Parts: sequence; C-alpha cells; structure tokens
Amino acid sequence: MNKQLRIGSGIGIGIVLLLGVCLLTNCKGGTKAPQEDLKVDIKDKEAILQDIKQAEKIFQALPSPLESAMLIKSAGARFEAKLLNPVSNGNNYVTNKAMALNLGIYTCDLSFASLYEQTQLLIDYMNAAKKMADGLGILKAIEQEDIDRLEENINNSEVIMDIVSQTFMNSNSYLEDNGQPATAAIVLTGGWIEGLYISTQLVDMNDFNGNKLVGRIIDQKLSIDILINLLNSSKGNPAVDEIIVQVTRLKNVFDKIKIDTTPVRPEYDPESKTTVLKSEIKTDMTPEVFMELSKIVMEIRNSFVI
Amino acid sequence: MRSVKTILLPAFMLIAITGYVNAQCKAFAKRECLPKLISYTHDGNYHAAVLVEGEEAELYKTFYSDMDYRVSIVGDEKLPDIEFRVLDANKNVLYSNKDKNFSNTWDFKLQSSQQLKFVIKVPSATRSGQTPLSGCVAIMFGFKLKR
Repeated sequence: MNKQLRIGSGIGIGIVLLLGVCLLTNCKGGTKAPQEDLKVDIKDKEAILQDIKQAEKIFQALPSPLESAMLIKSAGARFEAKLLNPVSNGNNYVTNKAMALNLGIYTCDLSFASLYEQTQLLIDYMNAAKKMADGLGILKAIEQEDIDRLEENINNSEVIMDIVSQTFMNSNSYLEDNGQPATAAIVLTGGWIEGLYISTQLVDMNDFNGNKLVGRIIDQKLSIDILINLLNSSKGNPAVDEIIVQVTRLKNVFDKIKIDTTPVRPEYDPESKTTVLKSEIKTDMTPEVFMELSKIVMEIRNSFVI
Repeated sequence: MRSVKTILLPAFMLIAITGYVNAQCKAFAKRECLPKLISYTHDGNYHAAVLVEGEEAELYKTFYSDMDYRVSIVGDEKLPDIEFRVLDANKNVLYSNKDKNFSNTWDFKLQSSQQLKFVIKVPSATRSGQTPLSGCVAIMFGFKLKR
C-alpha cells in the first residue's frame, strides 16, 4: 500500500474526528472547548500519528491481475471463456465493495482474454471494467480513447498489455491517491482471487503430479500473507473485515501445503546482465488439499460475483 | 474555538498539500520510473511515497520462476541517490545497488518462486542544522516470460 495514501487515510480519520469535535462544540466563536474534550482530541491525534508512523513505510505488493493472467498462460493452461465472470453481471454490482471486487475480477478476465487473443471478449471486458471504475468514481481510469486504441491495435499484443497495465495503474493509483486504500486493496483482492479461481478450475486431476499449473497455485501460498497484511492495513472497514474472514479460511488451507526452499544463492550472469536467484524448492500438496483449496476459492469467488 | 481552529486549519492544509503531492508523485512515477521498464511489461501496480532523508520503506512481493523481472526504483532529483537492498525470507541480502553504483534498475530471475523484501532508503546527505530533504520515490516492477 502506498505510504502517502495511508497518510491520506489517517488524515481522513483525523479530519472526521476533528469535524466531530467541531460539531460537538457547535463551532461557535468565543466558546472555549472543554479542556477534557481537547485532551481526548490530542490523544486521538497522537494515536493516529502513531498509526501513520507504524504503517507508513510498508508496501504489500500483491500480483496484479495482468501478472496473474500471465502466470496462468505461462503454465500452459488453455483458455476457457466460461470461467470468466459474464459481463452481463456488471449490472448487479451497486455497492462499492461489489464494484471494487469486480473491477479486479474483470481486469483479470480482460488480461486473460488479451493474452489468449480473444479480441471481442477483450473489448467487452474492458467495457465491463470501465463500468466498475466509473461506478467507483475513478476519474480517467479507463477512457473511451483507451477502448478505441484497443480496437485499433487489437492484433498488437504489446500495445494491448500496455493499455491493460496503464488502465489498472490509473485505477489503483487514483484510489490510493484519493484516500481510498481499502477500496484499492479490495480491487487487488478481486483480481487475485479471480486468477486463483481460473487456475484451480483449469487443473486436470488426471494430470495432477508434476502439473505446472498446480505449481503456480502452490506458489500463491507465498502471497497469502501479503494479501492478509494488505487487508489488515484497512481493518475496521466493514467490507474489508468481511473479506478478511473469507481469506483467512483460504490461508488455513494454504497452511497445509509445505514449501521447503534451500538458501537462495544470487549469481550474476554477465551475458544477460541479469542476477539469477538460485535455490531448490520442494513442495507438497495432496490432491485432497487441492480439492479443499479449490472448493473454498470457488465459494469465495462466487460470493464476489453474484 | 481557537484550539479547534488551531487543529483544523493545519489539518485541512495538510490534506490539500497531500493531495497535490500525491498527484505530483504519480506524475513523477509515470515520467521517470515507468520508462525504465522498457522491454518489460509493467505489472500495473503503483508504489510511490514521499520519503525524507534517512527514511526507509519496505516492500514485500512474490516473484515467480517463470518470469524475468526488472525493478525500477527512482527518487526525485533533489534527493541523494536512492539505496535499495533485496532480502530473502531468511533476511539474507541478495542484492544491494550500493555495489552497483546506485543503479536504479535491477534485472533478475528466479530458479524457484520466492517472496522477497525490498528495503529502500534515502541516505542522509544534509549537514546538521539544515532541513532534511524530502521527495518522491517510486518503485515499479516489469516482467516478461523467461527467455
């Protein structure tokens, strides 16, 4: 989460408290506020500043919807349009929570469609994501000119990914810059859950052992704590609190998966000017644990899209 | 009333300034940090903050074995060169840009997926008695499928 936005959020809370004091004192000129009230204000202010200080320097970076979709494709998964959240569902989302979750979900779906060159679906899903962003009041996140540019470059995957990445950045930076880190966290949660849902649905149980896609799903154990920390930074927001309960169920299943890694050895490759972080990994997820994980992911995702 | 005014006025001013600074920081990130990801696909996430000399920020992210990554960490030109270190889950330092002449990009890939921690620091360059400098620091990641 962005430091400034956390500060913005903290200031927002401070302002609400301060305005509350203003209302309690009727904001009348010449009336001295009771000393006790003022003491409480200062205490609250100190607590807020302390909160800001503690939270200000930590960013929890969840995989973006584009990255999640890329991971699914790189694992050799096929495209299944029926797994995406139908764009017609967009009319059902009227609360901020539903719109934020489905902005993340539709962005993941449109990323998935773009990587598999599903041109018409890509435009449909960009429009669906725009509808969610507009509903959330995110100005200039996805503009008509982005959709026009998408149509003009429909066969140019680099331009398409660039547009998808930019529009997502516009949404999440707008939310963070405007003191809505909770909504930004919910958008990211929606995108991450959609990626996990699509992955789990695409696993062929007859080809479970050594399946690359299963490996990618196991890797998400590394991100579950990042997700929980991200949501915890907006704890107290009712929508976020509901999601924390759901995601904690998921964490309990991820905790059953074992990942053992040898120490990481960085090695520089002068030819590619790249550092290779070498380590061996051993993972263990039984088909039963996978089925349990898959079931909970589906329940969570279905609760997001209804 | 005077005490309320004393608190409210700076608070409102702080909000206005924060909003302005946020917008400036976002523009800075797009202008200075994003172009350094060239040849990689930006993941779409945005991390930027105003840091003061001597301040540190931390970033946690999972990286996957199928990808090549580039991180771009750029600070406002009025700040000293930004330092960053990359640590694994056991707190071993895997990379420090101090050893690479404070390079603001780092290309890397992983043999197996890992959660890494980035520690970003604005070194202190101000002498005692001077006001510490502050400015925007942006962190962005790009990826592409492994070659």
